[in-house]
Amino acid sequence: MGSDTSRLGFYLLLAPILLWLIVLIILPHIGLFIVSISEKVGPREFETGFGNYATFFGEPLYWRTFARTAIMSILATALTLILGFPIAYYIAKLTRGRTKTTLFLMCMIPFWVSELVRTFGWMILLRETGVISTALQNLGLISGPVELLYNDAAIMVGLVYTSILFMVVPLVTTLDSLDNSLIEAGYDLGGTSTSIMREIVIPHAMPGIVSGGIVVFMLSLGNYLTPILLGGKDSLWFTGMIYTQFITRFNWELGSALGFLLLALSSGIVFLGLKLSRQSLSDTMGRA
Amino acid sequence: MIPTVPQPAFAKWCYRAYVTAFFIYLALPLSVVCVFAFNNSVFPSPPWEGFTLAWFFGTEAPYIGVFHERSILRAIGTSTFVALWVSALAVAVGTCNAFLFVRHTFRGKALLYMLMLLPLIIPGVILGISILVFSSAIANTLEDATGLWFDGLRPGLILVILGQFSFITTFATLVISARLQKFDPSLEEAALNLGASQWGAIRQITLPFLMPAIVASAIVSILMSFENFNTTLMLVGSDSPLTITMFDKLKQGSTPVLNAVSLLLIVISAILGLASLFFPNARK
Repeated sequence: MGSDTSRLGFYLLLAPILLWLIVLIILPHIGLFIVSISEKVGPREFETGFGNYATFFGEPLYWRTFARTAIMSILATALTLILGFPIAYYIAKLTRGRTKTTLFLMCMIPFWVSELVRTFGWMILLRETGVISTALQNLGLISGPVELLYNDAAIMVGLVYTSILFMVVPLVTTLDSLDNSLIEAGYDLGGTSTSIMREIVIPHAMPGIVSGGIVVFMLSLGNYLTPILLGGKDSLWFTGMIYTQFITRFNWELGSALGFLLLALSSGIVFLGLKLSRQSLSDTMGRA
Repeated sequence: MIPTVPQPAFAKWCYRAYVTAFFIYLALPLSVVCVFAFNNSVFPSPPWEGFTLAWFFGTEAPYIGVFHERSILRAIGTSTFVALWVSALAVAVGTCNAFLFVRHTFRGKALLYMLMLLPLIIPGVILGISILVFSSAIANTLEDATGLWFDGLRPGLILVILGQFSFITTFATLVISARLQKFDPSLEEAALNLGASQWGAIRQITLPFLMPAIVASAIVSILMSFENFNTTLMLVGSDSPLTITMFDKLKQGSTPVLNAVSLLLIVISAILGLASLFFPNARK
């Protein structure tokens, strides 16, 4: 394959990917960084410096929102794992054939539907005049309408709902590959359900847990719709702040700095997750 | 807890109850969205005022149905336009990438592969603002240098298409590469031995083999483009795609016409999603 035509073919194949990655991914992010380290000193006059980052650390609203977004995302990741693991185990180990396919598809259908529609559904359920409030009144459990929307719990319900599939799918795949005879052997050797879970099932499922966790964390951190719509005006989500700086305030320099911090946190967590579990990005993303 | 090891009946029933509750949790929001599309009331909330199709076909205010609501029809048109472009571009570049990664070995291949995966771990909002900042910088430079206007580089449909393309291509590449890896190269060699040209062999043997993956990735790209919100939000100009239009309407307070659009979206995405799963297996 050393002929001239195949060399030409190689370069023709290389051109689109280089164009895509350089023009749409690499250069824009370099540009973003350059804007984030320029400070406005006058109309159309800029100086290089880390002033925008200083603003972030100096203004408690910014870094508190940042920390809050990160903590809520970690919580959402933990919740999806706790809620999703039994479901994945059920699909992978306790069903087979047609039932398994059906359950798996039933898990997936909600996620082909736009996130906006899913969030809208939660708004209809949770709001003051919504389905749950009305149902509780009709049952006589509460006397007046109750507002379930616009609080952190509503955001959490929405975040878990939006991202649980990305936990369940990799878990089903890894649990599927665990041979049942290993679990039987565990029982034969006198293990209890808990010790088998802890010593056989969970270690085997670790790659799935890590890749699911990374994806769910990233999705929650970068989410905009769910916190804004379910959390209301004061929801304080970091992506919302970036949007405000860019579109409402037109302060692109500070917005870029905030964006870069979010990117750093997100990549940092991905990197840490991969290092701790000794996996590569290619393996993890191929599975998800 | 596997079928061959007996468990107490109570534990089994608890487990099943949990799984059932989980699936109810999954189905509940979508079900209420669909049900209230048929409610004869101007608010998508209880009480139930009776069945109506006005939110689909109605023509009189306030009961203007989806099929007569101009802003929504225009947004659907815009979304379709964007989705078709994104899908065509993503599949074309994805197919090239698949050939590059499966058929060629070169220095820096592992690095390039990792860069190709990068868009997956960049939050959509960041992808949007970085492209916005970069294209505005180019537009400013060009306008200062030439004195002409470069509207294509300002927020608008071109940037929306480029922004969505920038991460959807990764998915197309992964799906098509997976199929190309299963291809037996001896089939192509046989075609070459029988006198086909290199390109003729690829067109008549390899591409037909890849077709299921190409169609599946085209469908997935259309779905992802139609539903994308985060990246689009940052790049959108005056023509807004459906998700943006719905978001604006939702913030203003909603009528069941949004439920009707959502119902259509649910049906279409479920059909497309199932098609993307089954098409690759249809003729193996």
